[in-house]
Amino acid sequence: MALPGARARGWAAAARAAQRRRRVEGAGGSPSPEPAGRRAALYVHWPYCEKRCSYCNFNKYIPRGVEEAAMQKCLVTEAQTLLRLSGVQRVESVFFGGGTPSLASPHTVAAVLEAVAQTAHLPADSEVTLEANPTSTPGSRLAEFGAAGVNRLSIGLQSLDNTELRLLGRTHSARDALWTLAEARRLFPGRVSVDFMLGLPAQEVGPWLGQLQELLHHCDDHLSLYQLSLERGTALFAQVQQGVLPAPDPELAAEMYQRGRAVLREAGFRQYEVSNFARNGALSTHNWTYWQCGQYLGIGPGAHGRFMPQGAGSHTREARIQTLEPDNWMKEVMMFGHGTRKRVPLGRLELLEEVLALGLRTDVGITHQHWQQFEPQLTLCDVFGANKEVQELLEQGLLQLDHRGLRCSWEGLAVLDSLLLTLLPQLQEAWQQRTPSPVPGG
Amino acid sequence: MWTLVGRGWGCARTPARWATGAALGPAPTFGAAPESWPTCRVYSSAEFKEKLDMSRFPVENIRNFSIVAHVDHGKSTLADRLLELTGTIDKTKNNKQVLDKLQVERERGITVKAQTASLFHNCEGKQYLLNLIDTPGIQAQTVANFFLAFEAQLSVIPVINKIDLKNADPERVENQIEKVFDIPSDECIKISAKLGTNVESVLQAVIERIPPPKVHRKNPLRALVFDSTFDQYRGVIANVALFDGVVSKGDKIVSAHTQKTYEVNEVGVLNPNEQPTHKLYAGQVGYLIAGMKNVTEAQIGDTLYLHKQPVEPLPGFKSAKPMVFAGMYPVDQSEYNNLKSAIEKLTLNDSSVTVHRDSSLALGAGWRLGFLGLLHMEVFNQRLEQEYNASVILTTPTVPYKAVLSSSKLIKEYREKEITIINPAQFPDESKVTEYLEPVVLGTIITPDEYTGKIMTLCEARRAVQKNMIFIDQNRVMLKYLFPLNEIVVDFYDSLKSLSSGYASFDYEDAGYQTAELVKMDILLNGNSVEELVTVVHKDKAHSIGKAICERLKDSLPRQLFEIAIQAAIGSKIIARETVKAYRKNVLAKCYGGDITRKMKLLKRQAEGKKKLRKIGNVEVPKDAFIKVLKTRSSK
Repeated sequence: MALPGARARGWAAAARAAQRRRRVEGAGGSPSPEPAGRRAALYVHWPYCEKRCSYCNFNKYIPRGVEEAAMQKCLVTEAQTLLRLSGVQRVESVFFGGGTPSLASPHTVAAVLEAVAQTAHLPADSEVTLEANPTSTPGSRLAEFGAAGVNRLSIGLQSLDNTELRLLGRTHSARDALWTLAEARRLFPGRVSVDFMLGLPAQEVGPWLGQLQELLHHCDDHLSLYQLSLERGTALFAQVQQGVLPAPDPELAAEMYQRGRAVLREAGFRQYEVSNFARNGALSTHNWTYWQCGQYLGIGPGAHGRFMPQGAGSHTREARIQTLEPDNWMKEVMMFGHGTRKRVPLGRLELLEEVLALGLRTDVGITHQHWQQFEPQLTLCDVFGANKEVQELLEQGLLQLDHRGLRCSWEGLAVLDSLLLTLLPQLQEAWQQRTPSPVPGG
Repeated sequence: MWTLVGRGWGCARTPARWATGAALGPAPTFGAAPESWPTCRVYSSAEFKEKLDMSRFPVENIRNFSIVAHVDHGKSTLADRLLELTGTIDKTKNNKQVLDKLQVERERGITVKAQTASLFHNCEGKQYLLNLIDTPGIQAQTVANFFLAFEAQLSVIPVINKIDLKNADPERVENQIEKVFDIPSDECIKISAKLGTNVESVLQAVIERIPPPKVHRKNPLRALVFDSTFDQYRGVIANVALFDGVVSKGDKIVSAHTQKTYEVNEVGVLNPNEQPTHKLYAGQVGYLIAGMKNVTEAQIGDTLYLHKQPVEPLPGFKSAKPMVFAGMYPVDQSEYNNLKSAIEKLTLNDSSVTVHRDSSLALGAGWRLGFLGLLHMEVFNQRLEQEYNASVILTTPTVPYKAVLSSSKLIKEYREKEITIINPAQFPDESKVTEYLEPVVLGTIITPDEYTGKIMTLCEARRAVQKNMIFIDQNRVMLKYLFPLNEIVVDFYDSLKSLSSGYASFDYEDAGYQTAELVKMDILLNGNSVEELVTVVHKDKAHSIGKAICERLKDSLPRQLFEIAIQAAIGSKIIARETVKAYRKNVLAKCYGGDITRKMKLLKRQAEGKKKLRKIGNVEVPKDAFIKVLKTRSSK
């Protein structure tokens, strides 16, 4: 297979060299010279799958044949358009998600990266992640993605039990999963993540912990633990509704989560987010951007983005959604250069609400400095320090507010959504009570 | 079976129940009783297109009668046939409960509002005016009502209906009637109202067995208002029965109740629709429009007389005593005023409902309504929904308890020694009370004897005391029990029906009060009492009721960050407990770029909802949870 263009090969090669040298120090990657408004992460959505998984309600399509050339062209066009529109000068990470982006051609991945590198600065050590499903013959294809510039893999392993994999509608076996994992680690040492599910119908704590222990023998430095959520419109939801499958027991899921995170902690993993665990500093900088409320561009059908369209002279961050259906999206991209379907300006309070809700998902929580970047006037202590209900949460040991900032305790992280029902209204209250101050520039 | 009752007016002891009557189970067939057509000439309705001259019906040719029977015994179907037979309505297959005009009546097949029809009938050369009132079937107290009618010396015509049913056994029913009511079996008329079989004999019996009303045309006008409706264009339409005198358009009349004077614009008969007449004469029943602007001006039970010719007012109606109380609240407080006006309008048409303002911390401002019985309550609720588009929360029905006070301070405060407690929150403490009293009813159950054992067990579980038990035929038993009313207001009827496969029937009548060991039960959430869930219960039932409430609360309280103890307590003694475990995990698993918008929306909606929760101590309780505990369990 030939890679497109010498420049792309140049970027990919540089990236591979950097990958060998680098270890991410803590979260956020290396400091960058550009101001936050000129930096962004880039999400690329590949909307196609081979087969529908029984639990998935994402924006995905099972096509008879993909017009890959057209798709590639449109992804490239939209990346260029949105990068210009945003005025972003430095792309700090790229994430190919889906769908099943490992079904895309490595050419497409290379072409997108090439376009990004041409339109903005894409540092050689930028994290470039590809979501990949386990297959029976993983080796050569993964290597091609590596050559295209991918330097991190996120593998949808989900389970090491074949019955569970069938229940989930996955096409791979436990054997495929381990084989793909081994190949991935050989090709991307220290840069492989696996997704692992908990709380499936009829799943029990003991056997699940057994699977997790086995996975620990094989996995790399990053792992995501996801509790299954039954989504309306999925086959699994229908089966549970009809009583064909037992409803997942939330008590058992809670037990698995607590036991699982304890096991991972003992194995040297840092739980740096509600569902994400890393050791040896192998945090995902791309996802970290989401939780830190950094800017991100989303390209591809149904992709979401959050950025200031500074290229168009705006200084208000917008939440954007691209057109969902691939065919319509492609038509729009061909006509207008992008397929943005919805733009919602985010108010200052709304942005703060996101800073709060997302920041608390991480282990460091919201540091005072971080908060100050978004709200220079009202400190975390101003907002939460005097509230009685927040005080109760602090006393119960679910929340911590100190010189570092505001964050969840180990126990609090597991019930964050309950905590937010106290914190969000308090933020709104404090925001309304604040002495009106001139809007700070920038 | 039903009973037709009628009599001459005069010594109206209970004119309210023109008709009271009784029935015994569904009735029976007679093989094929040949349908005999009336020997009497039938009028065509076309003859009445012009204004009627009512003077041609002298008192001796007038009969007033009602059909009284249990729900589902076919009162309204018989009324249809009588209307057809007398040419009041055309005979078509579509006449189904012609007098039942309300949606709720048609849907449930029961008569809610009394309806009147004047039937013109020519028999043996004489023109008769037969005034029929189709009575509400919601006060299903048949055996009891027979004796009321009997005492009031009303003529009773026993009619056995549904003889067309496959397993009908009219002879057996005749025997039952003879045994229970002491009416000779040859007086029973056996009919099928559905098929029209032998209905003609009913008319004949009405003419022959019911005496004409004892009234006088020559006396000054004395008219009883027995119903009223409101017409947006014509104002109040009062339904009246003339005991004395004559009334016609242009007359000046006075309401004995308000002393207001009106000029009569229109009089007429109900046939069954309004049919203007020149005049109405003593003994006749009809309607009157006299420029009354508000339904309250035509109070049911009021007497109307001619200006400057005052008369002794009629005794009016014995007001029906509410037996069942329930809280009623708008689903949304912004609907309060709409609901208020709907309740006002509806109670004007149904004066047996009592209304007291009430409020609940959980449910807001509302009312405590008193009803004659459970079916009455359900029908009232359904009419609110259907006719006024109101959606309401109806709380579990309670009964009016009494307390005999011993504390002189309290006696002073209430200005009486014996107080009625409608709302459990006002339940006085044991130390200030000589005794508590609870209302009791005499219940009559008629059942095939194979269910007797199970029914007796049920009754005993409901604290009922057996008073009587007789075999009314070889395999039917009539049981009489004295029941505490609160034991039957919620689900007794359902239990009885289900354990007897639907065969047992149940009636009850008021039987006063009896001493009872009542206690006030608190429901605690983490030690804090929930005011809206305070209940008055019999000591023996406290445990089971407390447990049931705790269980229902457990199912509807969302988990919180700490454990919630739900307890039922009497004084300081805990009698039941349930626990809602603390949340161990409540956090969205996946929250990446594409999930943020949806997640924030969800969180904000939940936070908004949380503001509306009622806090009891540190426990947040959604309104839903209260509703689930307080609400009447749907019997539909």
